[in-house]
Amino acid sequence: MKLKTLLATLAASAVIAFTAPVMQAVADDDPGPAAYEAAMKGKRVALVPLAMGFDLAQGWSAILKREVEGFGGTFETRDPNWSTEAGAQAITELISSENKPDVLIVMAFDLNSYSKLLKKAQAEGIYVILIDNPANFKADAYVGGDWTKLGMLEAEAVMKGCGEGSSKKIGLVQGDEVNATSLYQYAGIMKVLDQHKDFQVVAKPDSNWDATTSRNVTATMLQQNPDICGIIDFWDGDASGAAAAIRDAGKQDKIFLVTTGGGEETNTCANVGNGTFDAVVSTELYNESEAMVAMVKYLLQSGQPPGTASPYIYTLMSTVTKDNLNPRSCWSLKGLQAAAEAK
Amino acid sequence: MAGGSSHGFWSQERIVLALAVALFAVAAIFLPGFRDIGNLISIVHSVSVLGLLAVGMAIVIIGRGIDLSAVAIMAMSAAWYLQLLNDGWSEWQALGAAGAGVLVIGLVNGFLVAYAEVPAIFATLATGSFVFGFVRSRLITQDAVPVPPGNWLEQLGGFQPLGIPPEVFIFGGACFVAYLFLRFTKWGRYVYYMGDNLLAARNMGIPVRPMNLLRYVISAFIALAAGLLTASSLHSMNTRIVNSTLLYDIILVVVIGGIGLSGGKGGMRNVIVGAVLIGIMQNAMTIIDIPNLYQNLIKATILLIAIVIDSLVNPRDEQTAQQGDI
Repeated sequence: MKLKTLLATLAASAVIAFTAPVMQAVADDDPGPAAYEAAMKGKRVALVPLAMGFDLAQGWSAILKREVEGFGGTFETRDPNWSTEAGAQAITELISSENKPDVLIVMAFDLNSYSKLLKKAQAEGIYVILIDNPANFKADAYVGGDWTKLGMLEAEAVMKGCGEGSSKKIGLVQGDEVNATSLYQYAGIMKVLDQHKDFQVVAKPDSNWDATTSRNVTATMLQQNPDICGIIDFWDGDASGAAAAIRDAGKQDKIFLVTTGGGEETNTCANVGNGTFDAVVSTELYNESEAMVAMVKYLLQSGQPPGTASPYIYTLMSTVTKDNLNPRSCWSLKGLQAAAEAK
Repeated sequence: MAGGSSHGFWSQERIVLALAVALFAVAAIFLPGFRDIGNLISIVHSVSVLGLLAVGMAIVIIGRGIDLSAVAIMAMSAAWYLQLLNDGWSEWQALGAAGAGVLVIGLVNGFLVAYAEVPAIFATLATGSFVFGFVRSRLITQDAVPVPPGNWLEQLGGFQPLGIPPEVFIFGGACFVAYLFLRFTKWGRYVYYMGDNLLAARNMGIPVRPMNLLRYVISAFIALAAGLLTASSLHSMNTRIVNSTLLYDIILVVVIGGIGLSGGKGGMRNVIVGAVLIGIMQNAMTIIDIPNLYQNLIKATILLIAIVIDSLVNPRDEQTAQQGDI
């Protein structure tokens, strides 16, 4: 037995000893690493989300930081804290700073307010990647959700939640009237509902993305239409309000609440688990962030001037419900941050 | 005498009350389901936290001043309290810490106004920004902090005798206590004297500086209560509310109810009338399904109408003209 192991070990080391120099020679000839390093080293990547205080932004930032620092670049973030003016100022400052970023990753507040600024950034030789919120602007890539599709998934989830024997009355709690995520989400929902004429939208108030407003309009909606079987709230940041109104009315079992979110475990999965939300159409953070990373790496090596092409890199979305809830349904912000600190 | 009644019959409070009654009547006739007892409860519920904050604001404004840090204190104190609970602090430690923080901010506001003699509008604007920035960057990790499962706040939110949510009782109770304070205590009367004429009040020997401290501390604690109530209803506290129009809505309730920004007049009745008017308007507009942008426009127009009618019916007197507002 022992002799056998010894022989096997000897044989293995012999194989390694003979082949290692050969592999070394191949690696020397690979032009990849040198080209990669030349294109990437010292490059600056800046992320400007709507705010740094919500799950997705913190998730993107953690993954981007690791990757950018991994190729020897510098990564920085700006926190507009939900203010369009502060965001515009941050972008202006980044564009005009001495140490311009090479890639600007921006989450736009609405369809138009950043468009001019981002064009200016491209004119200054900065690649612009739009994330998660679409805008009227030819970015070097859009990475994020297809919000029309997201609305369609929500509509399908709410129809399934209501079921055939129900009143088929649905309420919408929209965000606002300017944000692309709200407009496209609505369009997607209506696209599906137009094909299912038996389902009917009975009210569609705005929450202005505020939980208290969401609660108040949902309470009114339920007063007016006590037989509603499902509600779609356009964001999990304010859907806690719609959930509160449903709870106050004692209708948790009768109303199917659908919303959308970033898929963070203490947020999405915890709330699906405890019944606050019945279904959450959620973003696959890792896939989305890796797509951003891939675009950064591609653009920096492409040699093309900014504004050459504007592909849409849509991330697949999944609908998390109590039935399909599993340990991989969500990602953990705590885990991500702990992993970053451990390095 | 304090109160709108010194202005003849059509005081602003009565104009607004008439407006509210008229709106209510129109809505009750034309809007289906508006008169339902459930809908009436939800109208009051929807403005309870707003009204509670307006009680604190009214006490500050009547004594001549303004507290622009109220919403920041409300959101950030509750969020910090929840964060401490989530970090494993015990109930009393967390509540004690949040209470101490709120006390300090109230004292700082009062000190800046009373002793450093910084105009209230600037002092509280600055402390509000400071509270938001400090708590958001140093003490909590995310915009929204959830209520830990099984916490008393969850149970409070679920405690609804007769289908009436706890906010309604607490708003009502706060109005009553504030009414007793303003009408029947020495300190309450001082608030009116100070608001009416600060120099005269000081010459009379009223401790105007400690009284200023007291008002801002009361306002800060009411804000904490409003934050905890919001958290109990929504099962989380989202600090984004600091960027919302809530602060202006509070001032709207106070002003529209007829408590002049120049101080010295008005009372809890005005707060209730103002809050109820806003509640009826918002509820009716939601039932009709008016988009948000137009809701704001309509709210602003009604405020303007109330102010214009007030200035026509009740021309400003010499004293206010000399002192100016705020």
